[in-house]
Amino acid sequence: MAYSDKVIEHYNNPRNVGQMDKNSTEVGTGLVGAPECGDVMRLQIKVNPETRVIEDAKFKTFGCGSAIASSSLATEWVKGKTVDEALEIKNTDIVKELALPPVKIHCSVLAEDAIRAAIGDWKKKNVAVGEQASAQVAVAAN
Amino acid sequence: MSTVLSEPKLPAGVKLPIYMDNHATTPLDPRVLETMLPFFTNKFGNAASRNHSFGWEAEKAVDLAREQIAKLIGATAKEIIFTSGATESNNLAIKGIGEMYRERGNHIITQVTEHKAVLDTCKRMEKLGYRVTYLPVNADGLIEMDDLKRAIDDKTILVTIMFANNEIGVIQPIEEIGKLCHERGILFHTDAVQAVGKIPVDVNAMNIDVLSLSGHKIYGPKGVGALYVRRRNPRVQIAAQMDGGGHERGMRSGTLNVPGIVGLGMACEIARLEMAEEAAKLIAMRDRLRKKLESNLDFIHLNGSMEHHLPGNLNMSFIHVEGESLLMGINDIAVSSGSACTSATLEPSYVLKALGLGDDVAHSSIRFGLGRFNTPAEVDYVADKVIDVVQKLRELSPLYEMAKEGIDLTKVQWQAH
Repeated sequence: MAYSDKVIEHYNNPRNVGQMDKNSTEVGTGLVGAPECGDVMRLQIKVNPETRVIEDAKFKTFGCGSAIASSSLATEWVKGKTVDEALEIKNTDIVKELALPPVKIHCSVLAEDAIRAAIGDWKKKNVAVGEQASAQVAVAAN
Repeated sequence: MSTVLSEPKLPAGVKLPIYMDNHATTPLDPRVLETMLPFFTNKFGNAASRNHSFGWEAEKAVDLAREQIAKLIGATAKEIIFTSGATESNNLAIKGIGEMYRERGNHIITQVTEHKAVLDTCKRMEKLGYRVTYLPVNADGLIEMDDLKRAIDDKTILVTIMFANNEIGVIQPIEEIGKLCHERGILFHTDAVQAVGKIPVDVNAMNIDVLSLSGHKIYGPKGVGALYVRRRNPRVQIAAQMDGGGHERGMRSGTLNVPGIVGLGMACEIARLEMAEEAAKLIAMRDRLRKKLESNLDFIHLNGSMEHHLPGNLNMSFIHVEGESLLMGINDIAVSSGSACTSATLEPSYVLKALGLGDDVAHSSIRFGLGRFNTPAEVDYVADKVIDVVQKLRELSPLYEMAKEGIDLTKVQWQAH
């Protein structure tokens, strides 16, 4: 399989690798995929409760080079966006940016799922701690 | 003063890329090429031309090759039928025996880790009205003799079990299988592509009736193989699957590929003379690779019995690292993976799954195939590189992190997609 230069670049220099405290109310964690399918992504976001801006993002991925590149790119893209803006990121944008071949489209789908799961987790937590109003607005915006 | 960019420093004996995928194919031995060359040019005769020197010359060369091949497996020259390769040999053996012995029975026994050339041929036989039993293998990749005994019935005409597996290098109990088949009067075919020239094969001592072999797995040319067909005790008959001039005792028509056959013969001759020494060298390198990997990495799994194992094979899973991403990181080394991402079907290796390993272990597997032209320096380079990339990818792996924290990954509710 020939990889695009961008996939290779992300594979060689993955951005934002790591983990954040998944118990923090400011952190949303998305864990998607399954080991038996050959890819698992964990994407975490740290959200400013005032501005709802994603101030930091971290990932770890078990998967092929395209899966690693897709999640690395996703962390780059969500940083600095509000959660609502981040929800606008589509897997097709990732396919285009990384020039993924058809057999690797599922990697981009997984990255989009990971973003949504992380934001969903953050929203759930913030409902739980009583920020219901803002969370409801977020749900409505969905 | 001008600066000269120096090449990255490589240890002596290492030239990149490194080829360590010798189960897929092997490079042509220069000595084999040498013997083939005249048969592409001035010695171009048709081995079936009976009335001039061009034909005689070709026939003589083919006869020598037949002798060389027969000698390697303990057969006689007349028992060797030339084919285009082992896929054809396997097809010819199974279909040809099935057709010839149809009145005696319609039951064929094989096992689940066979090469597709056997499995898909067996599936075809099922469509034609034959019954096929696919024996399971144990966690080591070996069939159980009791399973085989139980599977045999009065309609069984053929047992086809591979000598050694192409992915995990596991050697089946061929001698026992041959003995059992011989006692029960059932024909025994073995796909010995990975075994011939690598470990001792003796068709008489092992009661093998029909055997497939290939040129390009033993440092010979591609596009040529052979089928050994026993001529006495019992005399095996095979129905031709291709009609034509009745070459090869009527079993395989078509003008002989003389340069290929000469090459296959020479490859067998070299293998016979050098096998013992080469196997010892390969085992030493294989064990060196294994030890280096085992002593530097945790969460690794050896696939297949190491006791009944081909000298040059090492199949290892680097748990929590996906195989294709590992191959991407070691792209100056040619090996292969059982990961779904590397297969055309997007399914993980059926051989590894047959051992009862989870898909996650199959996704993480790498097959190292050491061969004649690998060096200990290459083994060290490969080991260091694999260790480095596995460690790097595990830094990236959420599964490795979770396993290190003591989380049981089988209990996690995964969102399969």
